[in-house]
Amino acid sequence: MHNPNCYLLYLTFLCCLPTTLFAQGGLLDELESEAPPTETRIDDTFKATRIINGHSVELWHEGVMGAMISHRFGRLNGGTYEFFGLDGANVRLAVEYGITDFLNVAIGRSSFQKTYDGYVKLRLLQQQSGSRTVPVTVVGFSSIAINTLRSEGQEIPFSARLDYTFQLLIARKLSSRFSLQLTPTLVHRNLVERQEIPNDLLALGLGGRWKLSQRVSLNAEYFPRLNAETETLYNDAFALGVDIETGGHVFQLHLTNAQSMIEEGFITGTTGDFFSGDIHFGFNISRVFQLK
Amino acid sequence: MKLHLFLLIGLLSSFVGSAQRYQMAKSEISFYSDAPLEDIQAETTEVQSLFNASSGEVAFRVPIQSFQFEKALMQEHFNENYLESDKYPNATFEGQLKGFDLTQVGEQLVTASGKMTIHGVTQSVEVPGTIGSQGEGWEMQATFPIRVADYKIKIPKVVFYNIAEVVDVTVHFTYRPHAQP
Repeated sequence: MHNPNCYLLYLTFLCCLPTTLFAQGGLLDELESEAPPTETRIDDTFKATRIINGHSVELWHEGVMGAMISHRFGRLNGGTYEFFGLDGANVRLAVEYGITDFLNVAIGRSSFQKTYDGYVKLRLLQQQSGSRTVPVTVVGFSSIAINTLRSEGQEIPFSARLDYTFQLLIARKLSSRFSLQLTPTLVHRNLVERQEIPNDLLALGLGGRWKLSQRVSLNAEYFPRLNAETETLYNDAFALGVDIETGGHVFQLHLTNAQSMIEEGFITGTTGDFFSGDIHFGFNISRVFQLK
Repeated sequence: MKLHLFLLIGLLSSFVGSAQRYQMAKSEISFYSDAPLEDIQAETTEVQSLFNASSGEVAFRVPIQSFQFEKALMQEHFNENYLESDKYPNATFEGQLKGFDLTQVGEQLVTASGKMTIHGVTQSVEVPGTIGSQGEGWEMQATFPIRVADYKIKIPKVVFYNIAEVVDVTVHFTYRPHAQP
């Protein structure tokens, strides 16, 4: 055993020992230690592409067309004469499409102020865990709305009928039940009713959902305006809702003080005071069609 | 000198041990659910696996989010509502090929016996299948049913498309010699 070659042999043997021992451990443990680092997407932050009135970070998948029918009825405090608002309804019909999983386009038409709207929605960042953690999902949103209501008296030029909205939707799924979203918003209106109303209105939307079960969630949404006119003409949009998912449809039922279903409308022009009973019952129904 | 010989055998056997190990070359797992309204099908080719031919041990890991469905909405529901893939990102199997004979040429019938973990629930399973040598490596195939209730995957009664309580899973793996990391 005093032969130096002998030590060398021992050394080689000892070097090989770990491999031999390793093989006797759990093959699955070994597989997991060898496996390339993986990332897990944290998606399904919300059930639908809307939290209530405003957009959520959810997009239509590639090749999917979403047909959306939304209603906002009259005010609950209209009493029995107005059948608690159900006598009158604003409607928005829209066709929305997933060009890719991260890019959506849509066109819609609201009966409220006979407005056409179109938007582009682009996912910039996807929340994920694993080897590279991304804490939030970020989506850029841009829309244009054209009010086609006939003007009585003075003529309104076309450009004055245009409103633009720019939003950054920043959301985090904090747990499988609970998600929160912050929505910094800029609404630019080419024409405002009064001089003291800013053409560029800033708002910071807040939205959240709490899943009651796998298919039902409670949602809330609030859009406080940051540079609203000092003399209060309008109110901040507030809404409470329930999402019910049934496979091919998501039904969203809600109560809100807003009549409009598009950003430039409900963020800048909400007249109802939620806590005085100016509450509109409403719903969004979306039906999915897989086109490719 | 006897001791040296003994050590040499030990040394060689440890080499042989590692030479009998195989890793995934090509994988495919698909499942099929026969439902009254719509058949549901999905597949993945991103399975990771190790196979030790000398001991018959086999382990594999399937990233749940890698399953591709025909319809995007089904994939979303599969991940969010049924498999909860953000909570349980992988399905795994660890076990032994019973009846496997390393020396036998051609295809042979074996039973993979071990523990399958899906949706965070571990069950003991026995899965019949075939294995055959293929070039330097091996080829494994199996088809077996999985009862979704066994893995605490809840399927509500009222859904747009009904999902069968048992889905048929097909596994097709090709192995090549393991490259030491």
